[in-house]
Amino acid sequence: MTRTITQASASRKLRYSMKSRRAVSGYLFILPFIVGFLAFMVYPLIDSLYMSFCEVKLSPQGRTSVFIGLYNYVRALTIDPEFNRMLTEEFQRMVTQSLAILVVSFIIALLLNQKFKGRTFARAIFFLPVILASGVLVGIETDNTLLAGMKDLIANSNNFSMTEGMRTILMLTGIGGGVLDVVFTLIQELYDIVIASGIQIIVFLSGLQTIGRSLYEAADVEGATKWESFWMITFPMISSLLLVNVIYTIIDFFMKTDNEVMEKIQEEMVINLNYGFSSAMSWIYFILTIALIGVCTFIISKGVHSYE
Amino acid sequence: MNSPLPNKPEGFLTKNRKSGGYLLKKRAGSFVYSLFRALLLFGLCFLIIQPILDKISVSFMAESDLYDTTVIVLPRHLTLDNYKLANQLLLYVRALLNTVWVSLGVSLLQIAACTLVGYGFARFEFPLKKMWFACVVLLIVIPPQTISSSLYLHFRYFDVFGIVKLLGGGNALNLRGTTAPYMLMSATCMGLKNGLYIFMIRSFFNSVPKSVEEAAYTDGCGTFRTFWRVILPDALPILVSCFLFSFVWQWTDTFYSKLFLGNTQLLSVQLSGLAERLRQYITITLGIPGGGSMAYQQQIISTGTLMVIAPLIILYIFAQRGFVESISASGIKM
Repeated sequence: MTRTITQASASRKLRYSMKSRRAVSGYLFILPFIVGFLAFMVYPLIDSLYMSFCEVKLSPQGRTSVFIGLYNYVRALTIDPEFNRMLTEEFQRMVTQSLAILVVSFIIALLLNQKFKGRTFARAIFFLPVILASGVLVGIETDNTLLAGMKDLIANSNNFSMTEGMRTILMLTGIGGGVLDVVFTLIQELYDIVIASGIQIIVFLSGLQTIGRSLYEAADVEGATKWESFWMITFPMISSLLLVNVIYTIIDFFMKTDNEVMEKIQEEMVINLNYGFSSAMSWIYFILTIALIGVCTFIISKGVHSYE
Repeated sequence: MNSPLPNKPEGFLTKNRKSGGYLLKKRAGSFVYSLFRALLLFGLCFLIIQPILDKISVSFMAESDLYDTTVIVLPRHLTLDNYKLANQLLLYVRALLNTVWVSLGVSLLQIAACTLVGYGFARFEFPLKKMWFACVVLLIVIPPQTISSSLYLHFRYFDVFGIVKLLGGGNALNLRGTTAPYMLMSATCMGLKNGLYIFMIRSFFNSVPKSVEEAAYTDGCGTFRTFWRVILPDALPILVSCFLFSFVWQWTDTFYSKLFLGNTQLLSVQLSGLAERLRQYITITLGIPGGGSMAYQQQIISTGTLMVIAPLIILYIFAQRGFVESISASGIKM
């Protein structure tokens, strides 16, 4: 009797120690992250939150911060002439562009999933912008002053663009109005949109490849048209990836270096040395981003039920 | 006796007649569709590549070709002067070597750290695991710009808990401009987009069956040795592709480079300062007030851009599969 009890307690002890050993090794594995996160994320985050309530002055000995309350926030939102405008503009652009990016990348992924000659080559090209349109190259790529300047020099007389022409004609007939405006900006930004959808295409593509052929064959036997099997099979199967792509698109948009708000924050910090003010602006920006991602996640996870 | 063979080949027209025109309609439909698809894809591919092709053609032109309305794509006066000037202004060779070293070192450190962390999250149960993983997601979401001002000052007056002052070192260290801070951050998963790498690597390890490790444990292999000998070799493809991403994004990054590596001449930083240096060169060395024409400046800048991205394109041509297939392999899911 006593022997069984001691045995049981010993085995429990052993199991417990095994479990805690695993826990310790787990912590050892993620230790670099914990250290980095505390030292280079949590600490600076709190620090910058504090700075956003302060007037920060620098001297060779270190920095001095004087607490001034909400002044930096008030200044960003009500006094500064540019910040509000930039913020709303960037958010508008973000909404239209990320919708366009999602649709475009989904269509391209559908196309690239079909079998045709040169498919690998086409995939390689669509993925190229992920590598080339990042960092310093974004600013230079999108700033097509080279082309604009050259065009002016080369073709002073022949300055007619197809989309502009279409636009004026349609505007004169008075169709659409606001909607048309959005459509035309999207057409003109097609380059930006295609450039920004490399990762999303690959994510959708990898999802499409996991759908078994048998599902489509069954639907075909049952007499479903291509259109129906798209909405009944393809779309639901891929919808779990929609959230991944939405979040990735939003984050990618907000962190791009050619973003106006980012530029302003950077400029205030590096050139004007307004550390408190730039911290306040980046906090406003950050909170809005998080809120937007939260709302999107909520809507999509409500509206989309994943098949797993 | 003279009944036809069961599988005697029939001509397309006979088949079509038998089906009542359906076959022809189908064939034509699929042909039109694939033509449309080919055109669409070609157009979009061209849209992506066109700026690069454009830059290539411009970079070989002499300045006079820019103003010549008859020159459109092919340069009339083929010249390498633009490359020579961009090389001189970018300090190309030195910057290239610096960039290679920094990118290599940084991305190796980042991927090593992220692999450890990703494995830890995928395979171990420990208290507060959910909380720490939420921190990884937060790391993906927080724009680095939010903390940049604080980090900047942090490294400008580097002093962990006042240790340096305590040792009698006087003022705090100025670590800005050395590579030390960024290496430190890379080794602790806080570099560019490291949350994403942790996420991808974790997804990959999640998809590896647990029985692999259990077999190793049963044979008496320790935790770390199992990781090193059994798990890591299988994970090599995904690690290589994360490394490629890290390398390439580090190559073009200006944000962290400007923040921490101000004194190291890197290609990305040199490129972003190229316009300014060019204007100085034209005004001061050549003695032309106003910094020359806009078109000429843009010509040199696009030549410089080409020189910066050329190594990346070569890398991409050879390692294309590694880039594209990684994302499919890791099977990203929420």
